[in-house]
Amino acid sequence: MERNLTLITVFAALIVVLGLVPAIPLGFGVPITLQSLGVMLAGAVLGSWRGALAVLLVQGLVALGLPVLAGGRGGLGIFVGPTAGFLIGWLPAAFVTGFIVERIRALPVAVAAGIGSVLGGIGVLYALGIVGFWLFKNAGMGPEDTPMSLWTATLIMAPFIPGDLVKAVLAGMIARTIARYRPSALIARA
Amino acid sequence: MLSLALPKRSWAHKLPASVKFGVLAVLMVGLMQFGTLTGQLIGLALAAGLTLSLGLTASKIALQALRPVLWIVAVIVIWHFWQREFSQGAVFGIRVVAMVGLANFVTLTTPLPEIIALVERLAQPIRHFGLSPRLPALAVGLVLRFIPELRARYAAMTDAWRARSPRRPRTKLVAPLAFSLLDDADHLAEALRARGGIAPLPTRRDQHGT
Repeated sequence: MERNLTLITVFAALIVVLGLVPAIPLGFGVPITLQSLGVMLAGAVLGSWRGALAVLLVQGLVALGLPVLAGGRGGLGIFVGPTAGFLIGWLPAAFVTGFIVERIRALPVAVAAGIGSVLGGIGVLYALGIVGFWLFKNAGMGPEDTPMSLWTATLIMAPFIPGDLVKAVLAGMIARTIARYRPSALIARA
Repeated sequence: MLSLALPKRSWAHKLPASVKFGVLAVLMVGLMQFGTLTGQLIGLALAAGLTLSLGLTASKIALQALRPVLWIVAVIVIWHFWQREFSQGAVFGIRVVAMVGLANFVTLTTPLPEIIALVERLAQPIRHFGLSPRLPALAVGLVLRFIPELRARYAAMTDAWRARSPRRPRTKLVAPLAFSLLDDADHLAEALRARGGIAPLPTRRDQHGT
């Protein structure tokens, strides 16, 4: 019980600290931070429930007004802005990543964590993020306004996907390193 | 770790946190219903008026807190103006600034201990799941204590890497950092158990340990 709490706590801290690592600029001014790598790792290493709770703790810190997101962002504003879906989506993202590592035991850790990160950390995350943005954009429109299509919303968010694919591969490799040198540490499969 | 709340007391600091959060929730739902420019302008005026009432220095901080959403506002507004849908672009831009501005106002005027007290009150129902309502506050306290620790460790590991290699560490330090974290989790858990653990109230069933 106590160990569950402390594992969740230290991985929440990891997600925060990875957001402070200098961002790698990607082409047209779209920055990449390692914060979403932290979310993928929380799921892959801690498993579905604990991983999701670690993310919930980080989201709680954001709501409390602490500057724990990449670039020192935080506060309730993030939850009501157009990109709120991405912040909220971290929770199911970590859960799905962990769920896949837990369930697909036939695959090597690196592959399972990589697939989990792509499905959870990218698939689920972007689905929620894009739909959230699309809903926000089209909310309260009159009959004469043309709503933005989901496709356009997807295109606007697409530049971030390549960077997240790199992070999914990294998450797989890091999970493999952890499983190799300390098998008991990969709680998702313990 | 510093909270984004303003250290200087203002009139809004005196309002109970629960009232501020409640009003904010109502305003957020309200602003999403209005697709008209007038509705959004009222929201913007409210956000600007409230922020300005905190003083100029505080307003400057509030403006800085808006920066993260500005890129997406810029993309959408430019796209709408290019499509010659001026009013839609304006409604979107103003709505983002109004909503985020109002939410930031609550964050800026509610000190951390008050929010944690509110969290503890709202967490009372988890008692029914055999968990202590103080658990969320304890987790927040632990993680806040741990973040600077972890940052310093990451910096030390980066220095050690640089002393040995001309290349940048990039993500090579994440796995060793994770190992040290897992050790910490074990030590912290032991320390918590030694101090009586995190069960809500000792019951007869728990006396022999679980």
